[in-house]
Amino acid sequence: MQPVFRKEIMPRVYLTWVPAEKFKSGIYTVNLVTPLNKSEAALNAVLPKILRRGTSGAPTMDAIAARLDMLYGAKIEPTVRKIGERQIVGLAAFFADDAFVPEKILEDVIALTGEMLISPATAGGRLKAEYVEGEREKLSEEIRSIVNDRRRYADMRLIELMCQGEAYAVPSLGHLNDVEKITVYTATKRYREILPEADVEVFYCGSASLERVEMAAVESLAALPRGAGGALPENLVLTEPKGKDVREFTETLEVAQGKLSMGYRLGDAMKSPNYAALAVMNGVFGGCVTSKLFRNVREKLSLCYYAGSRIDKHKGIMLVSSGIDPANYEKAVSAITGQLEAVKAGDFTEAELESAKKELINAYRSGGDSLYALEGWYLDCTQTGVERSQEDMAALVSIVTKEDVLKAASGIKADAVYFLKGGEDSEA
Amino acid sequence: MRLKEYPAIGEKVFTETLNNGLTVIVVPKTGFKKTFALFATDYGGADRRFRLEGVWRDTPAGVAHFLEHKMFDMKDGRDALSVLSENGASPNAFTSSDMTAYHFSSTGGFQENLETLLKFVSIPYFTEQSVQKEQGIIGQEIRMTEDDPGSVQYYGLMKLLYRDNPIRDSVAGTVESIAEITTDTLYDCHKVFYNPSNMALCVAGDVDAEKVAKTAEELLPAAYGEKPVKDHGNDNGPAPFEKRSTVKMEVGMPVFMAGARAKKARGQALLRQSVVGDLALKVLMGTSSPLYVSLYEKGLINSGFFAEMDAAAGVSHTLFGGESASPEAVFDEISRELEKAASSGCDEKLLERVKRAALGENLRGLDSPESVCVGMARGCFNGYDALSEIPVLRSVTAEDVNDFIRENLRPENLALHIIEK
Repeated sequence: MQPVFRKEIMPRVYLTWVPAEKFKSGIYTVNLVTPLNKSEAALNAVLPKILRRGTSGAPTMDAIAARLDMLYGAKIEPTVRKIGERQIVGLAAFFADDAFVPEKILEDVIALTGEMLISPATAGGRLKAEYVEGEREKLSEEIRSIVNDRRRYADMRLIELMCQGEAYAVPSLGHLNDVEKITVYTATKRYREILPEADVEVFYCGSASLERVEMAAVESLAALPRGAGGALPENLVLTEPKGKDVREFTETLEVAQGKLSMGYRLGDAMKSPNYAALAVMNGVFGGCVTSKLFRNVREKLSLCYYAGSRIDKHKGIMLVSSGIDPANYEKAVSAITGQLEAVKAGDFTEAELESAKKELINAYRSGGDSLYALEGWYLDCTQTGVERSQEDMAALVSIVTKEDVLKAASGIKADAVYFLKGGEDSEA
Repeated sequence: MRLKEYPAIGEKVFTETLNNGLTVIVVPKTGFKKTFALFATDYGGADRRFRLEGVWRDTPAGVAHFLEHKMFDMKDGRDALSVLSENGASPNAFTSSDMTAYHFSSTGGFQENLETLLKFVSIPYFTEQSVQKEQGIIGQEIRMTEDDPGSVQYYGLMKLLYRDNPIRDSVAGTVESIAEITTDTLYDCHKVFYNPSNMALCVAGDVDAEKVAKTAEELLPAAYGEKPVKDHGNDNGPAPFEKRSTVKMEVGMPVFMAGARAKKARGQALLRQSVVGDLALKVLMGTSSPLYVSLYEKGLINSGFFAEMDAAAGVSHTLFGGESASPEAVFDEISRELEKAASSGCDEKLLERVKRAALGENLRGLDSPESVCVGMARGCFNGYDALSEIPVLRSVTAEDVNDFIRENLRPENLALHIIEK
């Protein structure tokens, strides 16, 4: 496999090119990287959705759909992501590889993506009112519907409550009341600011050469205004919990199964983070099938249907999510706490360590077989500033020792617990 | 093994039916680091009544899914999930209305992992105690699906469309139905449905196809078992059992799902029906259709709106739905559009466009070894070749689409299920 290549193709516009011959399709994304903050999150989130509605050359949904159909069903979707305390909004294109369709389409897909970003349909010099208002409503529907996914909702509420006052508390889509305030004026203003301001990460994976992709990308972004920009603020990493005691939050919703979400600060391990050790630590504790949470809390104690942990290495926090019978709240919290204590005390076998490592290595290596995983991986790399392949990461994981894991776990402190329990009627 | 090539999509497939009746399918994927293996049985949540050796048997809801959970317990006291994970594989399993599948992907140790997969799925081992414990775990899973609007929605609509077909009931069963499950139920159902002639092994990756077949031959029972006959009830004709239902649940905004029964089809005709049906839905209400654009612009639907064919348990149907502040209004507009299309025929230019788009979408699916294997297994159980979709797609005419609409999408045969707060 040829090496991945990243270069600045225009001022603060970086192209990451990942060559791959094995796929029958390709991916191309353009991402605007901005600091996550409450005042702009909703506006930033709505922008790609508005841009997707129409361009100067294809000003209606019909016209866009017709262009995409002619490009053999290529998809271009608005994206909103949160990586640490950065909000990344943009457009993602998925399309057939040129080798399998009767004509070359890559240049046209890249051109249409660029056109959406830079040359939206306007009226009187502003974004079209109909599109701004329509997408404002869709975004507010999307936020209101997060509750339909109880697990995601509980995790989001925990973060909002635990990280109150930190940028990280802001959900990737912004807050409902800020969405409602969006107007043609504010959306247009924000659009004019974000284009010159944001660092731009362009990503491609597929069979086309670097030269071809670069030329098409540069051409499609030629009119992108570029300002001076500024260094993005670093993630605020707190090494200590906010309260003296673990803060507990409980909310009620008419649900049959309670959702428990527990938040931790990774602490000292974030001072000079060893990401491979953190990943293995999380794997041993609750990130793997062979983890302590899965084996003990789910399998042995039958306390829940799922129990897993994940870490945000950018922000330095760990999250445990679990679905439990509301009557088992105390038991589940204490079982989960006990398992973490066991990890910290080194109470895990060589076999547990090895299987967590093997699982992780397999996951990293498999990531190279998925366009989505590759894109997500390299976008994440741009935000830590450490560019390494999944193969490299697998190699680093393979040399993690028990001591590394203990070091990664040593400073972890519980900060907050959130419980979404059933209403009066459903409480057993 | 028999080799079939698909030059237009750059795929080839090796297949063989072993003496014990097992179908082995290998899709070589060069350049992929991981190998994906799926061992599936033609047995799902809706296969509750079956005949074996002349005797009809009824089983409680949730057995197939319960078996899926319990198969991971191995005789030596270990669980297969851990054994596979410890050997660097990423294992999992799922049960749908029409199949149970066990799978893993791994970037190393493929041969050992394949052996583990074949062994743990073919050798049952259940104890009273472990069955009891699983009732607790699955009980929580059932409660979780009861809170999931997507799942409530699907089964809600199936209950409207069908009177008899067990596709109406949740694959996991209910807390009450799984309480009836004993070790005997599990052993019996394993014997009936996990015999090789009722199963398929599908592998996608950079592997030696002959060796995969040989391994299966060596590790699985040599005897050819009788393929069970299933009874999915007597739902005939296009009319739904009931037309409307509204359920109250905690949702951010109302969600709805609607659909109509489609004519029963088997074999290659089922694949063709699904391709034609998907194209019909795309022309009528897909993202390129005037109706979709108009509903979207009026704020009646959002990008979560979907329309697709679904088939399982001997029946197939169209499904469409999403979130909407006024599901009834969306439903009415779609009904009017169906009426119009039935009399004046579909837009042929638009059909050509969506056919072209469907080609590219089909290619994208081939990049996922998981979906290729699941598709091949489902094709094997239903008697069609899942990779022949593109030639089928090319052959679809406006006449086919119009016939589908007239036959299967009459507004009076639609059922509508709504969830609101």
